[in-house]
Amino acid sequence: MTTAEKHEFPMSRTCPFAPPPAYEAIREEEPVSRVRLPDGWAWVISRHEDVRTVLNDRRFSADRQHPDFPQLVKGEAASRRPDEERMLIAMDAPEHGPARKAVLGEFTVRRLEALRPRIQEIVDGQIDVLLAGPKPGDLVDALSLPVPSLVICEMLGVPYADHEFFQEHTVKVIKQSTPPEERWAAMGAIQGYMADLIAAKEDNPPDDLLGRQIVKLRAAGTYRRTALVNMGLLLLVAGHETTANMISLSTVAFLRNPEQLALIKADPGRTLNAVEEMLRYFTIIDVATARLCVEDIEVGGQLIRAGEGVLALGYSANRDPRAFENPDELDIERGARHHVAFGFGPHQCLGQNLARMELQIVFDTLFRRVPTLELAVDVDELPFKDDANIYGLYELPVTW
Amino acid sequence: MRIIADTGRCVGAGQCVLTEPALFDQSEDEGTIIVLNEAPEGELVEKAREAARVCPGQVLSLEA
Ligand code: HEM
Ligand code: SF4
Repeated sequence: MTTAEKHEFPMSRTCPFAPPPAYEAIREEEPVSRVRLPDGWAWVISRHEDVRTVLNDRRFSADRQHPDFPQLVKGEAASRRPDEERMLIAMDAPEHGPARKAVLGEFTVRRLEALRPRIQEIVDGQIDVLLAGPKPGDLVDALSLPVPSLVICEMLGVPYADHEFFQEHTVKVIKQSTPPEERWAAMGAIQGYMADLIAAKEDNPPDDLLGRQIVKLRAAGTYRRTALVNMGLLLLVAGHETTANMISLSTVAFLRNPEQLALIKADPGRTLNAVEEMLRYFTIIDVATARLCVEDIEVGGQLIRAGEGVLALGYSANRDPRAFENPDELDIERGARHHVAFGFGPHQCLGQNLARMELQIVFDTLFRRVPTLELAVDVDELPFKDDANIYGLYELPVTW
Repeated sequence: MRIIADTGRCVGAGQCVLTEPALFDQSEDEGTIIVLNEAPEGELVEKAREAARVCPGQVLSLEA
């Protein structure tokens, strides 16, 4: 058994296009091993098969409010509120399934297809903003952040006039550099807004996601405003920075690989596969798929005991040669959809098909409408989010 | 070949529908799997295998 903790997590990426160099050694030599965390230790799980096992086994809990849940930020345990109502992402069975199913109907492939024309309009509108602005312009500001935010606000039924309020506060919540007090204040402001918004919809529920949830949950006799506020907040935050970072990073990858970009320009039928490959290649959420073991279990030959924390390393899994041929190569025609960039098991991303559609529309539209798009600075000058738990770009200066 | 779906494990991610809408759909209400054709033939057999491989709930198994 390995007891020495050779490595410290979370680890920074040193190259924007590759996992931290130690990942390969861990995966090949000690695929399930103990690592140091800011305030303790955890097991890292690094092989594709084992990551899937952990994320799809009930002996691992997602209860992020639990005092023993592995922490990635020093002193984070102090801000845990074990008595507070859990968001979907922190629920376990049997609570998790029904809560997820209540809202899943809004995110089916077919349901989302009906939103396509409206998402296209939103993307076109933001490309207009980019083109009307200064040159060089910031793609993060003009396109990456506003698109997912406008789309989810519209789905939830947030009035257009309040979009700016939301943008401003959610950016504060998701930025690592925001001081903790300011982050709590911003979260409080959004929470208060969401509670008022939902309360106002209760009398005469409108035909939007929140309104339909009120009707549906009331009919089932399970409606509680606080629970719906939590769900609304999660939907608002979970898809914002994630999708934004994928837009920015993939744009850089396309511009660096013109032969791959040429493939999707020639045949938009290939874009969905390209999106899938970008998700695998960057795996922007890596250590965030952490879990707490609640019943002894063996994973990859290693016994993990109840009470111990694990980090299911999605990025390592997605570069595991056992699961992907030439895993470090970006190949938009790979067609490999068994990656874990959206997680795996019961918590696998609820918004994944919305994210896929937004990314597909953005790439097809951006490179068609702005065929001369190029980076305004060298790749090594770009401000990558080396310090954040969700990888991405703070800014992306482009010109055309 | 027959598709067997352990629907109780379905997490409604819709990866099966994305793989092959001729074989799978999602219920409108809960987003969980509906198998449209339990006995695929020809090219659809490979699609069924792919769906089983990507399904995050490991819901699908295939019987020869
Ligand atoms: C490219 C963009 C995205 C990425 C990479 C991503 C990634 C993930 C991952 C890895 C998880 C699993 C976390 C875990 O197992 O602990 C997750 C869960 C979740 N995501 Fe996403 N996500 C994206 C976009 C979205 C969007 C657009 C939405 C909604 C509008 C969304 C809503 C959610 C929700 C609600 C959960 C929790 C599901 C549950 O616990 O059952 N995500 N996401
Ligand atoms: S891919 Fe699996 S979990 Fe997802 S909807 Fe289909 S059967 Fe359910």
